[in-house]
Amino acid sequence: MPRDKKLIYLINTGLVLILFALLTVFEASGVFTRYSMSIVRLVCINVILATSLNVTVGNLGQITLGHAGFMSIGAYTAALFAKTEVITGQGGYYIGMILAGICAGIFGIAIGIPVLRLKGDYLAIVTLAFGEIIRVLIEYFDFTGGAQGINGIPRMQNFSVMFFVAVICVTLMYSVMTSRHGRAILAIREDEIAAQSSGINITYYKTFAFTLSAFFAGVAGAMYAHNIGTIGASFFNYNKSFDILVMVVLGGMGSFTGAVISATVLTVVPETLRQFNEYRMIVYSLLLIMVMLFRPEGLLGRKEFHITKVVDKLRNKFGKQSIEGGN
Amino acid sequence: MTNQVLSCKNVGINFGGLQAVQDFNLTIDDGELIGLIGPNGAGKTTVFNLITGVYTPTEGEILLSGINIIGKMPHQIVRYGIARTFQNIRLFDHLSVLDNLKVAANKDMRYSIFSGMFRLGGYWREESEVTDKAIEILDIFDMGKHAYKYANSLSYGEQRKLEIARAMATDPKLLLLDEPAAGMNPTETDELMDTIMLIRNEFGITTLLIEHDMRLVLGICERLMVLNYGQILAEGNPRDIVNDPLVIEAYLGKGE
Ligand SMILES: Nc1ncnc2c1ncn2[C@@H]1O[C@H](COP(=O)(O)OP(=O)(O)OP(=O)(O)O)[C@@H](O)[C@H]1O
Ligand SMILES: [Mg+2]
Repeated sequence: MPRDKKLIYLINTGLVLILFALLTVFEASGVFTRYSMSIVRLVCINVILATSLNVTVGNLGQITLGHAGFMSIGAYTAALFAKTEVITGQGGYYIGMILAGICAGIFGIAIGIPVLRLKGDYLAIVTLAFGEIIRVLIEYFDFTGGAQGINGIPRMQNFSVMFFVAVICVTLMYSVMTSRHGRAILAIREDEIAAQSSGINITYYKTFAFTLSAFFAGVAGAMYAHNIGTIGASFFNYNKSFDILVMVVLGGMGSFTGAVISATVLTVVPETLRQFNEYRMIVYSLLLIMVMLFRPEGLLGRKEFHITKVVDKLRNKFGKQSIEGGN
Repeated sequence: MTNQVLSCKNVGINFGGLQAVQDFNLTIDDGELIGLIGPNGAGKTTVFNLITGVYTPTEGEILLSGINIIGKMPHQIVRYGIARTFQNIRLFDHLSVLDNLKVAANKDMRYSIFSGMFRLGGYWREESEVTDKAIEILDIFDMGKHAYKYANSLSYGEQRKLEIARAMATDPKLLLLDEPAAGMNPTETDELMDTIMLIRNEFGITTLLIEHDMRLVLGICERLMVLNYGQILAEGNPRDIVNDPLVIEAYLGKGE
């Protein structure tokens, strides 16, 4: 491993641990109430949702509107698996989560292969329809609990577990996107014809990106199911898909750090505005309109926020040459 | 026959009534540098699209080193050893110059999705190998200094060069250049001619290029092929071709 890469890894691990320590201290000292901690857990889930949608929307450059559908498949898989009580406790939680990802991923492949031939608005509409079809089917069948949904899912509200699952998910997605496979996906976003003429198998990589995105949406769904204990299909409607999409667009399409930041902000702000309930949606909408007016490419655009870049910039001020990190 | 890189036999394509290319025959031997010229709309770019699998010919056959490549997808044809550039520059604008080349090297990389996801040994090994190779190519094009810039931040001439560099990164046998000098000033064109000669002489890559700039065509091509209304009008030594009355007529129209 190159030395500078090692340093970057160390710094990032350090930052994550500091954040975790801070949150733990806040929780223990009572600065964060039980209610605040429930929002923090929601942030963990939404961060995974936003970053996973970022893979298709930001990195692959295809707008899809059915993300909540994949989330629901994950949630139901995990809930039904937990209900069988084959494996209980923490182990069951993790296995259910992986199963949830796999099931959502399989749906991702099945839906992705036919649908990804479409582009732009057509793709958006068809994925929206698929999201709704999944929801209707879940309500239709009995084994999913029908319209009542599923109750009494074993609760898993351990903040540390959820925090580190989110960190791991984001890291894995980011690693893929900065590997050769991710480069191929970015190349497709930039120019499909040129990518093809450079030897990239478009169909394969589009399906892969879509599947990866679905997998992690499934994982987030599993976390959600265990966090809340009760799930119903109506929660996973197109509004939920739109919410996630807004997080990605606001953060800057293609930027993982942007998606993390905006998922955090867009989870915390509406919750804190709950006391001004009637103005909540107005403020929220205004915020979105302002960002779109003044930062149409999203908060971070396509760029990633690297702490090392900040250090480099500071160093530059003292006359040293730095190399731009290009992803 | 042994050193024949490309052979097109009676190739044609019909776009719903419009015969864009007809009876196109071309054989290119290993190491040749050939020019494809002709007035606007003659079907030159269409020939490239046929060879690279963007369009499937309605007639004829195309062989690369004796292997039939008709019906293959564009990304597969790159694997067989044909790389191209585009008339209107097509770069990966928001990727670094280096990553533009590394995308092209993807087809020869082997590490798995998991290896990339969990940063296993294969990832580090291949990434650093490919980076070194890409930097080497960039240095040949005198672009090493731009490696970490976004592709769209380069000047027009440099972007054209980067497109050729990216095509080279696929490690081709045959290079197809579609109007590489379009929009370049004379100094840039001179530089480009040197680059094309370098690719041929140093790496022995067979090149077929479309070009309107006669100075470039006469300066470097060994053989010319003239296309008009989708058909071959003339073929041969560049000096003879430009004095061929048929060719002059095609370009300038019939003298009154
Ligand atoms: N996909 C297509 N569908 C229909 N017609 C097409 C298609 N592609 C090309 N053509 C037609 O084929 C003819 C040849 O076009 P082509 O782009 O190959 O010309 P060219 O020789 O490259 O010209 P230029 O010098 O302007 O680049 C034109 O009449 C064009 O309109
Ligand atoms: Mg053309």
